[in-house]
Amino acid sequence: MSDATTMTDTTTGPTRDVVLDVKDLVVEFTSGRQRVQAVSGLTFQVRRGETLGLVGESGCGKSTTGRTLVQVQEATSGTIDYQGLDLTQLKGGKLRQMRTKIQMIFQDPISSLNPRRRIKDIVAEPLVIWGKGTKEERATKVREMLEAVGIDPDTAGDRRPGEFSGGQCQRISIARALMADPDLLICDEPVSALDVSVQAQILNLLADLKSRFQLTMVFIAHDLAVVKNVSDRVAVMYLGKLVEIAGSDELYQAAAHPYTEALLASIPEPDPDHASDHRALTGELPSPLDPPSGCRFRTRCPYAQDRCASEEPLLRELAPGHQVACHFPVGPLGAGATA
Amino acid sequence: MARRSTSRNLEFKDVGTDSGPLLVVEDLHTSFRTGRGTVRAVDGVSLEVSEGKTLGIVGESGSGKTVLSRSIMGLLPPRDVIRSGTVHFGGHELTAMDETQLREVWGAELSMIFQDPMTALNPVKRIGVQIAESLVLHLGMDKKESRSTAIELLRSVGIPSPEERVRWYPFQLSGGMRQRVMIAIALACAPRLVMADEPTTGLDVTVQAQILDLLAHLQRERHMAVILVTHDLGVVAGRADDIIVMYAGRVVERAPTRTLFNDTKMPYTRALMDSIPRLADPSGTRLNAIGGRPPDLINPPTGCRFAPRCQYTQDKCRESEPPLRTVGSPDHLFACWFPLVDGVSTAPAVPVTVGHSAPTSPGTPTGAGTAADPSAAGDTPSGEDDA
Repeated sequence: MSDATTMTDTTTGPTRDVVLDVKDLVVEFTSGRQRVQAVSGLTFQVRRGETLGLVGESGCGKSTTGRTLVQVQEATSGTIDYQGLDLTQLKGGKLRQMRTKIQMIFQDPISSLNPRRRIKDIVAEPLVIWGKGTKEERATKVREMLEAVGIDPDTAGDRRPGEFSGGQCQRISIARALMADPDLLICDEPVSALDVSVQAQILNLLADLKSRFQLTMVFIAHDLAVVKNVSDRVAVMYLGKLVEIAGSDELYQAAAHPYTEALLASIPEPDPDHASDHRALTGELPSPLDPPSGCRFRTRCPYAQDRCASEEPLLRELAPGHQVACHFPVGPLGAGATA
Repeated sequence: MARRSTSRNLEFKDVGTDSGPLLVVEDLHTSFRTGRGTVRAVDGVSLEVSEGKTLGIVGESGSGKTVLSRSIMGLLPPRDVIRSGTVHFGGHELTAMDETQLREVWGAELSMIFQDPMTALNPVKRIGVQIAESLVLHLGMDKKESRSTAIELLRSVGIPSPEERVRWYPFQLSGGMRQRVMIAIALACAPRLVMADEPTTGLDVTVQAQILDLLAHLQRERHMAVILVTHDLGVVAGRADDIIVMYAGRVVERAPTRTLFNDTKMPYTRALMDSIPRLADPSGTRLNAIGGRPPDLINPPTGCRFAPRCQYTQDKCRESEPPLRTVGSPDHLFACWFPLVDGVSTAPAVPVTVGHSAPTSPGTPTGAGTAADPSAAGDTPSGEDDA
């Protein structure tokens, strides 16, 4: 598949280019006797060196997807191909081995650090677990990583997480995630618990680290402005399904799915003269226990028609690298593109 | 059944028509005694809110904005708190009232929407009962009447099938729905002023837009005044009449909303605006983060409290604290020796090395911290964007 935003032409062939190839991913939970599909048939690829943004409201399955990519959550069906290995089939030692390559940063930086341990021990842990390096080598690496995230190892190393602010704890979590030299970093709402001023610091830090350590990232968040800032491509999820995927600037200029349009409209602009946009969404995400027939967004879609209830729209390509799952797409690409 | 006679000793006259603003806060100070010393969380704040208007209070975590809103309400811990200054609300001095008197004001005339609706709601009480509580207490309604009013309130805050939901418990509702319930509780007795402390933090952007729209709609309908406390200037930009920017316990800029955005005087306000990712910017645009962190309120720096993080700092800024002053328009107050004019600093043009961006070789942390501040780090480990 071609994509204008992909710049990696030096690698040989399409398979080298794709770091993570997710096909028909389904994740189900049981709730009493009922089964809930949190993720229902997700297909996407993450290319080497890119940041893929995964955006959607709470309950859309974006975090479950992220957790499944690192296999802390089992997939019900589908495959996650990482360099020729299907992660969903890996067990035991092999899976653990793989996890050093795919690391995750969580939403709540304070609760994701053990409050009773010292910072330098927390950060060293990934190497301790793997028995990598001598004590001195590990200490050197801890210093290096703490410095890389802007934490002074001399004053911070012996302290405990409670003595740090949320933004600093997030820096420490990032340092820990980088200890095992990962390829792929899954960031699950890494800035949504932080103030805007600290959020900007962390977003800049992630951009720096990405280029310094040649990381590939999956960035999960509900705020499209944040996702757009860090991502090369953005995938929009709604109720367990992918509704649109495009390069981030393209998505902003030519959002084709009414849901993407609504997500864009709901972002508060720091400008008093910015007319408040009345395309903002009404209602809430329907229950995934009983998703709407046809298009899952139709119950909240201002443009829904009969066909949307009877026939599920499939993901199709509107422009190179720009896919949408909608019968009646909107925006510049929408006119005349009715499926 | 006879209405329970609630003794309402306080008379709230309609101040809007005769005398000045609804809420007047003068030189409010709130400090907490802690083991490490006295934390001056609110350090001399004055503000006014008129009937039906919206005031935005903006600041980072630790700027004192939440303590300020609680100090105005009188919702402070009983011990180890020192408060001075006055709060006049509807002609009454709240700061002179004891808790029994305040209870008559809370909920009835002055109410609050808290940040976290899950912890602010009682998890073992049905939401209908929680809404009816203040109706019974303040308006003396009986059970049946309060229940039907609760249903109406749920309907007015946009909760579908309220007849059924009134019997639900908080855990059965989503975060956005819970915040709607909080709003219903806050508005139950038709208060004159609602304090909303980060009412949408933690909610999805889509839900945030819904909740803010709902609040604005109800405000117009009921002619309430609203104080909207938030860390995000984007949230108040389109909604507040006036905005106060707080930093380290003090007001650093105060202006009508348009003036604040179009003629920003204080570099801190500008920095807060610039740190918000804008949709219109191409992806990958580097954000203008503010380096470092707000100061320790036990030992705030001398001079301007923002000076250690300000890119225009001069010697004068470190030596003496700028007063809150005006230039031209009397509505526009700011505390800066070298205010911005058309976005450009009036500080002498010599580039000054800023505390947080001591240029170092790539990979070394910037601004190696003190013991109290283990990493007063800049926004970037390489310091490359501060040149």
